[in-house]
Amino acid sequence: MEPNKRTLWGWRPHLDVPLLLGLLAISGLGLVVLYSAGQRNLDLVLGQGMRLGLGFTIMLVLAQMPPHYFRAWSLWIYLVGLLLLLAVMVVGDVSKGAQRWLDLGVVRFQPSEIMKLAVPMTMAWFFADKPLPPRWPHLLGGSLLTVIPFILIAEQPDLGTALVVGSSGAFVLFLAGLSWLIMGLLAGVLAAVIPLFWTFVMHDYQRQRVLTFLDPENDPLGTGYHIIQSKIAIGSGGIYGKGWLNGTQSHLDFLPEGWTDFIFAAFSEEFGLVGGSVLLMLYFYVIARSLHMATRAADTYGRLLAGSLTLIFFLYAFVNSGMVSGLLPVVGLPLPLFSYGGTSLVTIMAGFGILMSIYSHRQPLTR
Amino acid sequence: MKPVNKTFNASRTRPRTAKAATPPSRGSRLGNLTRPGLLMVLLGLAATGIVARAAYLQLVSTDFLQDQGDERFLRVVEVPAHRGMIVDRNGEPLAVSSPVDSIWAQPAELLDQRARWGQLATALDMPLAELEAKLAPDIEKQQAGQKTRQFLYLRRHLAPSAAQHILDLKIAGVYAQREYRRYYPDAEVTSHLLGFTDVDDVGQEGLEKAFDAQLRGIPGQKRVIKDRLGRIVKDVESIRVPQPGQKLVLSIDRRLQYLAYRALKAAVLENKANAGAAVIVDVRSGEILAMVNQPAGNPNNRNELKGELLRNRTVTDVYEPGSTVKPFSVAMGLESGKWTASTMVNTAPMRIGRYMVRDTHNYGTIDVTRVISKSSNVGTSKIALSMPAERLWSLYKSIGFGAHTQLGLTGEQTGVLRHFSKWAEIGHANHSFGYGFSLTILQLAQAYTVLAADGVRRPLTLFKREQPLNPADERRVLAASAVRQVRTMMEMVVTKEGTGYKAHIPGYRVAGKSGTARKLSGGRYTNNRHFALFAGIVPASDPRLVMAILIDEPTGGAYYGGTVAAPVFSATMSGALRILNITPDDMPSMKIAGATAAAPEGATP
Repeated sequence: MEPNKRTLWGWRPHLDVPLLLGLLAISGLGLVVLYSAGQRNLDLVLGQGMRLGLGFTIMLVLAQMPPHYFRAWSLWIYLVGLLLLLAVMVVGDVSKGAQRWLDLGVVRFQPSEIMKLAVPMTMAWFFADKPLPPRWPHLLGGSLLTVIPFILIAEQPDLGTALVVGSSGAFVLFLAGLSWLIMGLLAGVLAAVIPLFWTFVMHDYQRQRVLTFLDPENDPLGTGYHIIQSKIAIGSGGIYGKGWLNGTQSHLDFLPEGWTDFIFAAFSEEFGLVGGSVLLMLYFYVIARSLHMATRAADTYGRLLAGSLTLIFFLYAFVNSGMVSGLLPVVGLPLPLFSYGGTSLVTIMAGFGILMSIYSHRQPLTR
Repeated sequence: MKPVNKTFNASRTRPRTAKAATPPSRGSRLGNLTRPGLLMVLLGLAATGIVARAAYLQLVSTDFLQDQGDERFLRVVEVPAHRGMIVDRNGEPLAVSSPVDSIWAQPAELLDQRARWGQLATALDMPLAELEAKLAPDIEKQQAGQKTRQFLYLRRHLAPSAAQHILDLKIAGVYAQREYRRYYPDAEVTSHLLGFTDVDDVGQEGLEKAFDAQLRGIPGQKRVIKDRLGRIVKDVESIRVPQPGQKLVLSIDRRLQYLAYRALKAAVLENKANAGAAVIVDVRSGEILAMVNQPAGNPNNRNELKGELLRNRTVTDVYEPGSTVKPFSVAMGLESGKWTASTMVNTAPMRIGRYMVRDTHNYGTIDVTRVISKSSNVGTSKIALSMPAERLWSLYKSIGFGAHTQLGLTGEQTGVLRHFSKWAEIGHANHSFGYGFSLTILQLAQAYTVLAADGVRRPLTLFKREQPLNPADERRVLAASAVRQVRTMMEMVVTKEGTGYKAHIPGYRVAGKSGTARKLSGGRYTNNRHFALFAGIVPASDPRLVMAILIDEPTGGAYYGGTVAAPVFSATMSGALRILNITPDDMPSMKIAGATAAAPEGATP
């Protein structure tokens, strides 16, 4: 246990160096790959670099705040997010067939991003002062906190974000010690609901994605195109890859979104199995470190929140790499810190900021 | 350590009673999985799953996927081969391929560029409506949600500079493709002989079609990297270098071709004829030096590519040769010893069965020389009838009547030469003066080449002979002395007393024979539609050139071969003899023609 030392300047920054190093390693590698996958477009790299800078800044700022602030704000952030989600339903911008954006004149943003943090925060806040494992009434109340934004986001439709938000709530429940029995029941209910979900909730393109996942070769030039090209890109990399800037699938434009959601494929093509394994190990390291930090949290709120945030990060990484390599259906989740793109990056970095705050502000247990 | 709520560390397998007081004890309970431990296991499994998946793709199916990847961007494309040139005997180009660019579009991309269509249409030099019409099927398909075409020619065969101008507009979906376009420098002068190629550079007529395989060459192949839009990003390797087509070196002399064409065209125009055809043959080698036709179209202009204008009538049209074949019967008679040049023949009209054989007017009793110079049907018949029909038939066979010339030209007709057993007596007589069978003008030229070569038949060719003709390919079909005598008689034709005086050339002795054949129409001979023919040999003392001329249906008043066709001979040959530097063999007549003509002849070696 690290003693809470004071530095010469009388102030010790609250951060976790091992975690920071892991994040920097992934981000740095990401920039290198982005340069290649983005057709050597330096603007793309600089833009991403600025976003990363912003993300790291937000992370460091949030890390300095004591966790009890977050705990106190949890519900308010959640309520504001909920209001914005409702606002999106009414006045949101439609882009690519989905109503996700809210235009505030100055900035356009997706309120659903707020919920990625707000839901786990509120869930943690809700369960932190309840007896755990949760009793039935609490369980139902807490679930409601997750289900409402989940439905609102799924309706936009934005299945990827809805999945993240729903999972973050589920992670809190899981971490709160939900009994295996209930989890089994929920899984059963879920299984029962899926056909209904398929028929009534999912949009055609979402259904198509699942069908494509099951049999991409069925429509190789249409809906199966992404995943086939992606598998080809990964597979043709072989053990050592084709080398940086030598990926053909991405450079010749065959790999769609080679610098956003499918950057893992572009990376694997150029760096092969070795590079892919190194990257996955980096992610594993970050997740393991985060989980370790979560278990060291000072209170229940911190543990639940930190654990949930960690698992969201894991969810991103796992779902994205699973999707790109054809293990999972195509869900529009970026590879965190690696894919080109802004909002989710900032959310993820904010999550790590909160995680560091929780870990770094705990009371020394031994002196 | 402060007791904490056990949630994070607790497992559901742990007794509930222990819940509040149990300190976190990492790893202390073997077989009692803690929740974070469980999480780590799940995470590890997930990570393993991804790595296993990547390993599967990158190790197990890497070859397959690499091939699949290569298939997507490595393309083998054809490199067009340069079509072989066609040149004349002196190496002058008659047909050349020049590089051009064809502009094509990928409709799917171009449909998104609608704002620039106007600009594109202007650059393509076509109305916007035409461009829209070309793309209309794709617009429909797009609206119906179907896939649009991948390839659409917008305009073919543009000059490379014009194509570059269009590419410089940088309109997405517009590309250029290198092609070769055939160009014929002599246009209609050589059009019938050479034929033409279609827009894909495949021979369609004439030599271009007959020798397409040699001319075409073998397209090369190269491996290229194409991006998703089909643009060639990089050449990887050349698989096969394109092999240019072979050059065809023709026996044609471009200068003679031009002379013959000009003279023929003038005759056809002057006599308001339907058509005309002429062939010049080099007597010593059997090489064809010129082959011309009227009417003609410019093969460089696709609008003029009509069958009527393109037909090589020297091989595709047959006609009855009329008087032009009389020398053969006479030569046969002389060869037999039954006749000499001075044998007298009564040419009064002669009855054969139901038929009367007569001349234009009764010449009375004349010698064999005059039979030729006066072109007596009766005299020729009598000579032929003095010998078995089989002799005439086999002679005609041996000089190539009724058979292909083996030049390799497509569409060549053989004409009709019936077996002598079907002739009867009147048929026998008819055959002797050129009726009852049919020839092409090329076959006539070939037969005259035999007369010119003292009775030796040499194979004709359209290609330049690089080696002297092999004597084994020559075949004597008539006795030399008989043929020389006939040639002398034929010189009489080209005198003021003969029928072919208009074929005379100052300074040269010309042997020739005119012919006028009535056209067959509905199985009957017409009285007012004729073929006018002339075939001649020059210089008669040492024959070098043979030319056969056909004027089809002259309607300008004159229709005799000696009036209509013979001038073509003299007009062409006077130039040809000078060009080929052939020594004059008739100096006295040269002095009459004027001393100026003698000076350049004497000056040349």
